[in-house]
Amino acid sequence: MADLSIDFAGIKSPNPFWLASAPPANTGEQVMRAFDAGWGGAVWKTLGDPIVNVSSRFGGVDLGTYKMMGFNNIELITDRSLETNLREIREVKKRYPKHAVIASLMTETKEDWRVLIQKCEDAGVDGLELNFGCPHGMCERGMGSSVGQEPKLLTEITSWTKEFAKTPVLVKLTPNTGDIVEAGQAAVHGGGDGISLINTIKSIIGVDLDRLVPLPRVGNASSNGGYCGPAVKPIALHLLAALARDEVAGRVPISGIGGIGNWKDAAEFIALGSTSVQVCTAVMHYGFRIVEDMIDGLSNYLDSRGMKSVNELRGRAIPGYQEWGDLDLSYKLLAKIDPKKCIGCQLCVTACNDGAHQCIFTGNEEKSRPPHAHTAGKAKPPSPFPIGLHAGNRVPWVDEPECVGCNLCALVCPVEGCITMEETPSGLPKETWNERVAAGRGKIPGGIHD
Amino acid sequence: MTLIGKRLETQLHDKKPLYTDSEAKAEAERCLYCVDAPCIKACPTTIDIPTFIKKIASGNTRGAAKTIFDQNLLGHSCARVCPVEVLCAGDCVYNAWEREPIAIGRLQRFATETSTAPGQKPLYVAKKNASPKKVACVGAGPASLAFAGAMALEGHTAVVLEKRAVAGGLNTTGIAPYKLHAEDALHEVDWVRGFGVEIKTGMEVDADSAKKLLAEFDAVFLGVGLGADTKLGIPGEDGAGVVGATAWIEAMKLDATTPSTKDLRVLVVGGGNTAIDVARECAQLGAADVAMVYRRTEKDMSGYEHEMEGARVEGVRLVSNSIPVSVVRDPNGKVTALRVARGEQGKAVAGSEHDLPCDLIALAIGQSKLHELAKHFPGVELDAKGCIKADPATGQTGNAKVFAGGDAINGGKEVVNAVADGRNAARTLIARFTAKA
Repeated sequence: MADLSIDFAGIKSPNPFWLASAPPANTGEQVMRAFDAGWGGAVWKTLGDPIVNVSSRFGGVDLGTYKMMGFNNIELITDRSLETNLREIREVKKRYPKHAVIASLMTETKEDWRVLIQKCEDAGVDGLELNFGCPHGMCERGMGSSVGQEPKLLTEITSWTKEFAKTPVLVKLTPNTGDIVEAGQAAVHGGGDGISLINTIKSIIGVDLDRLVPLPRVGNASSNGGYCGPAVKPIALHLLAALARDEVAGRVPISGIGGIGNWKDAAEFIALGSTSVQVCTAVMHYGFRIVEDMIDGLSNYLDSRGMKSVNELRGRAIPGYQEWGDLDLSYKLLAKIDPKKCIGCQLCVTACNDGAHQCIFTGNEEKSRPPHAHTAGKAKPPSPFPIGLHAGNRVPWVDEPECVGCNLCALVCPVEGCITMEETPSGLPKETWNERVAAGRGKIPGGIHD
Repeated sequence: MTLIGKRLETQLHDKKPLYTDSEAKAEAERCLYCVDAPCIKACPTTIDIPTFIKKIASGNTRGAAKTIFDQNLLGHSCARVCPVEVLCAGDCVYNAWEREPIAIGRLQRFATETSTAPGQKPLYVAKKNASPKKVACVGAGPASLAFAGAMALEGHTAVVLEKRAVAGGLNTTGIAPYKLHAEDALHEVDWVRGFGVEIKTGMEVDADSAKKLLAEFDAVFLGVGLGADTKLGIPGEDGAGVVGATAWIEAMKLDATTPSTKDLRVLVVGGGNTAIDVARECAQLGAADVAMVYRRTEKDMSGYEHEMEGARVEGVRLVSNSIPVSVVRDPNGKVTALRVARGEQGKAVAGSEHDLPCDLIALAIGQSKLHELAKHFPGVELDAKGCIKADPATGQTGNAKVFAGGDAINGGKEVVNAVADGRNAARTLIARFTAKA
């Protein structure tokens, strides 16, 4: 079994799976149960001056029968006294000395930060996470994402905390910003030892169409909340990768957050540069027990790749994240439909026809190409005509000269492995857009001034 | 007519009850939303199935019902009685994938039943027609109701004449109660009546009244169905203890005085779907033993495989290759057995006779054709089988004013085929009337 233990800027953890600062890490009792279930660390629900919460607090977006594809909340930081939280942190650290306990913090004045940091470190935390990401409620009071959106302020407050902190300081960033790299660099300039991202995305989760009030509803009103859950993973992956490949921000370890629900999600985050990953929504949905498969699955994956440690996976996909202008314009894919697997639903036909490049047809006769086709003449069905194992003569066919290899058909196909995108020699030498521009061939006829 | 008393059919409960909202949504979400969907092609009324299912998934149940009814006004009864296993669901692409096909019938029931429940806003309002025509229907079964409903919605006057005391045809009198109870069929009749269709029960059409209909109405639709149960023509057949299948089903559904088959030994002669229906109904009523007696082998049966499978689960036995010879009665005339001969290729083997003990025999070997009625309408011809000759695409008979559909023209198919016939005839006439006007 591969070694899953990590060292995050000096914070040791038996595995990279941490509870994110959120309701599942609200109390010592919960955190201890999470550790018993297998979680390697926990970032405590944000500490500061206790707040008052509203009812209700959460909203969900379902996709078909899958519940909570997206999730948002308007809950604030801890509503429990600092003393209570610190007592519980002390107890957790005493009983689970090898697990990582990180205090998420949010306050205002420099003096407040000093006191808060000292008290937390006295309680035995392994590290601190500065909550500069919360996009609801607290930002209205000048905290949370209102700090994360101001690089100068972010640097300044981070540098205050570094004056006082003996343990590593992680800076938690908001995705609600124009340029994440600017925010990441600001965190590093302020002396941050690590970065956590993403915090939730500013959102309105939906509208109650009976009452015509946004959700989640508090009486006859709602407020913008923080969006998370499986739906936000692609956004998180991009922001993570943007930092991980940056010369400055990429110097510090990153704790990846955003829609992680299983080991595959975690592996993707790690491959794009995460040292640890943090989870909230999936735990709120299914409970602490999900970590068992996360550990097992990640370990099996690493074993299957011959990796002895999770550290070998970290950042392996970063070199593959390039600017669009550096992609090979000569690379060519073609859609292939397997008549043995096709069930004849023809979703690919309509997807290609209405939503892509009009090059998938049905029927064993020549078909007229659309007037805008690049290839002259009619599209010819393959010979011999494919007769499906299940779908008979309903198996569609691809007009290969017109196929641009966009993937859409393969994405809509409900049958695993039925439509594959196969590499085809284009006969052209590798060339990127940036190379074309450099070679003076960046002008395509038919432009605005032609 | 209202249904009176504790009729036997009330003992038999829905095999496929109405989905709850969340059940319907979950099932609807499974639909792939195929393009050029095979399920639509398999539906005799070409309901746009993927579209109505997507509407259920999005919570637009009323829109789903409209999508169904626009093609099939009797979409509610069809949802419940259609053999979807051999029609739409049978062609669902999930079958090829070896997955459970979409429960199209149950989804259709959900959309149609919830959208036509008492208290729901009307889905249709009959048009005001500047030059209304008058059409009459003979028989108040699904074909006529589909025809009359469509005509009424176009603003024409539609009158339906039914010889029975109750409207709805086989939907009311003949459908297995675990699929559709008579009160639900009558609810649908009332829904169609709500479009302005006038239904007159207890009206048998004879030569004179046929002449009057042709004189008074701009068109006549014959949706007369089939006649009485066919008899075997064997000794001992006449008398108590031997019943015609459709007659017995009608009594079981409508007449509270019909004795139960509980604890009886029942033999059902026949291998079609009516035979299977009777067998299943008797078994569900608690018969001591139910056997179907069929002259050939199981694979020759015209009854659906999935229905026979259901029957077996309920304890129905199949006695194949057996040809009834006589009904055996005791000195008091009570039926004690059916004497059968072993069949080979449907022919009796001499000397192979033996008795199958029983208390009740139901004959489900077909129904007679209503030859006489057709003769009252000049120009209307019968085919070699005795069915009324009509173009199924238009419903047109040999008389330009007379249309026909349903079992009367096809010899006995599904409700959905009858609805398609009635609808097609209505569309033909509406186009004709519009062109003339």
